[in-house]
Amino acid sequence: MPVLVFIEHQDGSIKKQSVEALCYGSAIAQRAGTTLTALVLGTTSADLSALGTYGVNQVMQVNAFTALSDTKAMANAVAQAAGSITADTIVFSNTITGKAVAPRVAVRLGAGLVTGAISLPDTTNGYRIQKNVFSGKALTEILVKSPIRVITLQPNAFEIVHQEGIATVTQHAFDIPASTITVKEVQKSSGTIPLAEAERVISGGRGLKGPEHWGMIEELAQLTGAATACSRAVADAHWRPHHEHVGQTGLAIAPNLYFAVGISGAIQHLAGVNRSKTIVVINKDPEAPFFKAADYGIVGDAFEVMPKIIQAVKELG
Amino acid sequence: MKILVCISRTPDTTAKIAFTDNNTKFASDGVQWIINPYDEWYALVRAIELKEKDASVVLHVIHVGGAESEAIIRKALALGGDEAIRVNSEDQDPQVVAHQIAQVAKEGGYSLILTGKETIDHNGSSMGALVAEMLDMNYVALATRLEIEGTLATVHREIEGGEEIVSTPLPLVLSCQKGMAEARIPNMRGIMAARTRPLKVVDAYPFASTTSNEQFTLPPPKAGVKLIPADNPELLVKLLREEAKAL
Ligand SMILES: Cc1cc2nc3c(=O)[nH]c(=O)nc-3n(C[C@H](O)[C@H](O)[C@H](O)COP(=O)(O)OP(=O)(O)OC[C@H]3O[C@@H](n4cnc5c(N)ncnc54)[C@H](O)[C@@H]3O)c2cc1C
Repeated sequence: MPVLVFIEHQDGSIKKQSVEALCYGSAIAQRAGTTLTALVLGTTSADLSALGTYGVNQVMQVNAFTALSDTKAMANAVAQAAGSITADTIVFSNTITGKAVAPRVAVRLGAGLVTGAISLPDTTNGYRIQKNVFSGKALTEILVKSPIRVITLQPNAFEIVHQEGIATVTQHAFDIPASTITVKEVQKSSGTIPLAEAERVISGGRGLKGPEHWGMIEELAQLTGAATACSRAVADAHWRPHHEHVGQTGLAIAPNLYFAVGISGAIQHLAGVNRSKTIVVINKDPEAPFFKAADYGIVGDAFEVMPKIIQAVKELG
Repeated sequence: MKILVCISRTPDTTAKIAFTDNNTKFASDGVQWIINPYDEWYALVRAIELKEKDASVVLHVIHVGGAESEAIIRKALALGGDEAIRVNSEDQDPQVVAHQIAQVAKEGGYSLILTGKETIDHNGSSMGALVAEMLDMNYVALATRLEIEGTLATVHREIEGGEEIVSTPLPLVLSCQKGMAEARIPNMRGIMAARTRPLKVVDAYPFASTTSNEQFTLPPPKAGVKLIPADNPELLVKLLREEAKAL
């Protein structure tokens, strides 16, 4: 039965995580010999027919939908869309929105729920999907027993592949009770790359001695198109804003590159970053626990090493 | 106003993660159990603050789990819960757990239900949304601030790349994170009082599970760190570009 993927869009573009979810949904649909439908709530200037290049056959768009901060209204729309095409697999990205809406959809559809999936379903013996647990310290396999499944895909866990194709775009209107949630204000930290979505992250710890030394973190981030992050010790000392704090009690991230400077690598810090593809550690203490979790490391003083790295990045273009 | 705070029991953040019974169960030997940090530090403490501001607030704590959880439930009472409910169910399926909470919440007539943003063991971050849907309530995730005025809540919540302030009528389910409150330590008076505060145990409400946790594995160990001499950072940049394809 058909696969439905929930699309998140912003400022006229489709989020990268949603494209990953589409490619994941496309792989499921192809294996099951069924179609892939994408659901877009609200208006966007993005070319939706171009989603065909990710394997989408049909895009359902609900132009009049505006309640994008109301999980109840969104879940209602997704469930109605899923019902209208009799989808048996509904895929979200495991983003802030996906995490908040997917469970509601699962309840509405009586579906089994897997959040943070990192593998395609294995159907050789039931329907099994892998996900990270214990903050990335272990994996588990979830057996889904229901005929309908709701899955949220972990960002950066599935490769984007391009195909040939053009999707048909159809407009829909669903009957959804008026939202009772009012958005009063939105504050966006402009100009910087949101940490949760970043492909590369440059992060600093207490080894940098004080907020006045963050210039080199910011410069390297800017040169490499990276977001900036920090350890909890740094956020607690108010050297950096709290939304930059990664780890077990902060944000959990999984970028392609995590570049840690002057961070010891405490177990709670690692819990938020150990799913990063490549980890680089700069620390003056060869015994720092972070080296055990790293792919590349330099044992050295950040104040001497970082300017040279910045120079090298500049020279190598 | 009646507030219900959902608390989960998780291994301490430094606990060694290992498995037994053919990798189907978490090896709990020697593990110290705690209230899931987000539930305790943010959801519970914010609820306590609301109660301190308004003496008419009634604060209940709910936990779905076995009798071994009573220590963490008593801690929640010591911090400031008026009463606790433990639903005696061992099922790990998030929807089964949510159903237990929703049933208790329905009977209790709560206008505010708080959870942490996720548990540090299952990392599902689904509980608040599940409960909200089962009760047909509004749900706001990742709240960093909460103010209540009459039957209206003003919530600051994290969105990608920023923050949003929303206003919503009660009843409401909220998942809480950093910013909501500051962690507290129970004081002697609280610990004494907790001994006599009611801890009600109720039987599980039947609900068919749709998922089960089958097989745990530990991630493959890293190949080991490649150390680069401090005087040759060009090599690091080169390796990141050519070998790791990370730049
Ligand atoms: C329940 C709980 C939850 C927690 N959650 C988190 C979390 O989510 N995230 C988190 O980060 N932490 C968390 N922590 C805290 C964690 O245990 C550590 O205390 C914290 O991560 C340490 O931060 P740090 O590495 O910046 O500082 P430190 O541990 O002080 O390490 C500084 C490092 O910098 C190195 N250094 C010093 N000078 C230089 C120099 N000139 N050049 C290069 N290197 C230098 C030192 O060798 C050292 O390794 C948590 C703790 C608890 C108990």
